[in-house]
Amino acid sequence: MNFTVKIWRQKNAQTPGKFVDYSVNNISEDTSFLEMLDIMNEDLIAKNEEPVAFDHDCREGICGMCSLHISGRPHGPRQKVTACQLFMRSFEDGETITVEPWRAQPFPVIKDCIVDRSAFDRIMQSGGFISASTGSAPDGNAIPIPKRDADLAMDAAACIGCGACVAACKNASAMLFVAAKVSHLAHLPQGKVERKERVLNMVAQMDKEGFGSCTNTYACEAECPKGISVAHIAFLNREYLKASLS
Amino acid sequence: MALDSKIPSGPIEKKWYDHKFNLKLVNPANRRKHKIIIVGTGLAGGAAAATLGEMGYEVSAFAYQDSARRAHSIAAQGGINAAKNYRNDGDSIYRLFYDTVKGGDYRAREANVYRLAELSVDIIDQCVAQGVPFAREYGGYLDNRSFGGAQVSRTFYARGQTGQQLLLGAYSALSRQVGLGTVKMYERHEILDVVVIDGRARGIIARNMVTGELERHAADAVVLATGGYGNVYYLSTNAKGCNTTAIWRAHKRGAYFGNPCFVQIHPTCIPVSGEHQSKLTLMSESLRNDGRVWVPMKKGDTRKPNDIPEAERDYYLERRYPSFGNLVPRDVASRAAKQVCDEGRGVGASKMAVYLDFADAIKRQGKAKIEEKYGNLFDMYYEITDENPYEVPMRIYPAVHYTMGGLWVDYNLQTTIPGLFAAGEANFSDHGANRLGASALMQGLADGYFILPYTLGGYLGGTQFPKVSTDAPEFAEAEKNVKSVIDRLLAVKGTKSVDYFHKKLGKIMWDKVGMGRNEAGLKEAITEIRELRDDFWKNVRVLGKSEELNQSLEKAGRVADFLELAELMAVDALHRRESCGGHFREESQTEDNEAKRDDENFSYAAAWEFQGVGAEPQLHKEELTFEYCKPSQRSYK
Repeated sequence: MNFTVKIWRQKNAQTPGKFVDYSVNNISEDTSFLEMLDIMNEDLIAKNEEPVAFDHDCREGICGMCSLHISGRPHGPRQKVTACQLFMRSFEDGETITVEPWRAQPFPVIKDCIVDRSAFDRIMQSGGFISASTGSAPDGNAIPIPKRDADLAMDAAACIGCGACVAACKNASAMLFVAAKVSHLAHLPQGKVERKERVLNMVAQMDKEGFGSCTNTYACEAECPKGISVAHIAFLNREYLKASLS
Repeated sequence: MALDSKIPSGPIEKKWYDHKFNLKLVNPANRRKHKIIIVGTGLAGGAAAATLGEMGYEVSAFAYQDSARRAHSIAAQGGINAAKNYRNDGDSIYRLFYDTVKGGDYRAREANVYRLAELSVDIIDQCVAQGVPFAREYGGYLDNRSFGGAQVSRTFYARGQTGQQLLLGAYSALSRQVGLGTVKMYERHEILDVVVIDGRARGIIARNMVTGELERHAADAVVLATGGYGNVYYLSTNAKGCNTTAIWRAHKRGAYFGNPCFVQIHPTCIPVSGEHQSKLTLMSESLRNDGRVWVPMKKGDTRKPNDIPEAERDYYLERRYPSFGNLVPRDVASRAAKQVCDEGRGVGASKMAVYLDFADAIKRQGKAKIEEKYGNLFDMYYEITDENPYEVPMRIYPAVHYTMGGLWVDYNLQTTIPGLFAAGEANFSDHGANRLGASALMQGLADGYFILPYTLGGYLGGTQFPKVSTDAPEFAEAEKNVKSVIDRLLAVKGTKSVDYFHKKLGKIMWDKVGMGRNEAGLKEAITEIRELRDDFWKNVRVLGKSEELNQSLEKAGRVADFLELAELMAVDALHRRESCGGHFREESQTEDNEAKRDDENFSYAAAWEFQGVGAEPQLHKEELTFEYCKPSQRSYK
């Protein structure tokens, strides 16, 4: 298969970027999207041109490092997969594929397709935890947790923190990311002690980072590689309201 | 220098208890005066950073990723072992200890393994308290599954994402400390040298990967929790960024390297599909709870799997190992897969694969149950191969997964450089020559949450620390050393990319220092690695500058280190003229092709001392004594 890759190039945060076209040829359909970019980069190096920088690490859809906006969609055309789990069989031969970094003010571009997502870490630092210092825990079976609650918590905890939800949202809202953590912890008995402070602090930090508001378009759920449901956003809103009123 | 493993005396069940009492303490008010550097934020590093922060030490933690949450511990799928005996099926700390020593083919230190088994139960409690959503039964209690090498169900899990959930637990504890200001986090930083002053580790040289700036960081102790070196094979289940640089450069500063040839080749990975392949994806060992492994009876059978009748299938693991069946340990399962493929009975386009079949399990338990247990793994398999494992058997083949070798450490997890500690996969300690499934998560967290907080305190409390400044000549020398490597890499301006060399190195290692090793092959490998290393330094092309984000430069530095480590791995494999665990010397096998140990000559851990690039390293032996688990020919029949 042959492709034209129209990809974002930007020297650093201070310099404006632009799209550049590269042709990538003789790609087998079993090549992953990032492997296709590897081949493109090898061609560039052979021509003495600097390769395109992009974030990636585990290449099995779990670390959340990859962050490519592909032909208008975070992580590309397939649902519930990250860019590293996308294979070229999902594209048409001869297609022009547009590749750019996440576009959101709280995620500034560092170089080419790499962005700074440290805002997510700061939100976590503001309250995305249960304060259980090492050594203080009772036996793991001391508190039975209904399977339904444990399963709901796990559904939310599956978030990989990639930021596709923010990139998909016209307002660059981080509500799905924050909701997933709030919902995960509030569904467990251990997490109920700090639930009020947690939701208030995390939402305050989210606002401080400059993420936009949620207008319920559900683009985040549609693009989430882990299929995190917007029902968690509704849960977050309830948690927030309850915490604000009491 | 003679090796001192510092194993406490006394009966095995009291060693850790007594040792904790004997270790010096640092009083809470004095802890903030001690600075500790932790490199790597996976299970071992993240857990250690969080816990030491909670205790009041001043901690700096470093990660090459953009966030601490992305360390490769996150990719562990199947589970974590703990001797809780919640199943009432005969498990105990002693049994987990015994299984782990036996699983490691009697090449691990008994005292360490016992401590690991002992701490396993506390890990589960700690993780539950943090909100890790482990799988539960309808009564609300924790669920378990079985893993290879064990006949009890002691593996706790969170769907197929156990590593992710445990890491996010450690990351949340770490985030809390960062928020409180006890831990300072440095993301997108790579550690390029360890600074040794007056014989003690007192700091590091780090490169800020965004600006390219070299930074000096001083401390009273340094912990390397940087993971394994499986990427020396180019293709492995490791993340692309996993590397040996921090531990290798520590080795060059004087830390001995333990058992470098002990590499785990995991039996159930998705087979290689072509030249473009950049990494391999694991299919969790937990699948062997319900999947049956088979190949056709006859060679070159090209029929589709579902067209091959039952009588013409060879369920070779069940046939050869009736009592453990499909749940034999990883090294045994991998070798058996290689053997049937070498016989010409492999399947798929490349003929380098075997089937992992769920048809019986689906018939017995229903598709919904299988989907609940393994849904995400089946989806992942489908995305990668475009084949539906609910309908046709998975194709799997062994791939490099984990390195049991690493920096040699004593009972306190301290390397041969005082003040330099190694934790998790980066050290060599607990798994011997083969790691059992669901034990890596256990070891990483035991090291981070429960061992280092005590042993580091013992070191800090029992040592006088003169103030060091980052202006000290040792810092300047280390920075100059790092800069000269970077400048050299950029100055070659050759014609071949870094990946070209990495792939070539991987092929040498897989073919000659892989699943089957022999004297002739290992000698060839050493020659070829040296030639490739020379070629690298003459012909590598690294574009761009140092003072910017430069992914080619990052890769080049890592591959340069892999090219040196690879030689040590081959030297170690050559010297160990026995088979044990994952190290299979073809000259040393039993009549039915099982690994044959030589306890008389090789019952030791090999600790190698660096003598210069290309120079013969010096071997030091830590003799292993087995008071509790009597070494026997490992049998899973």
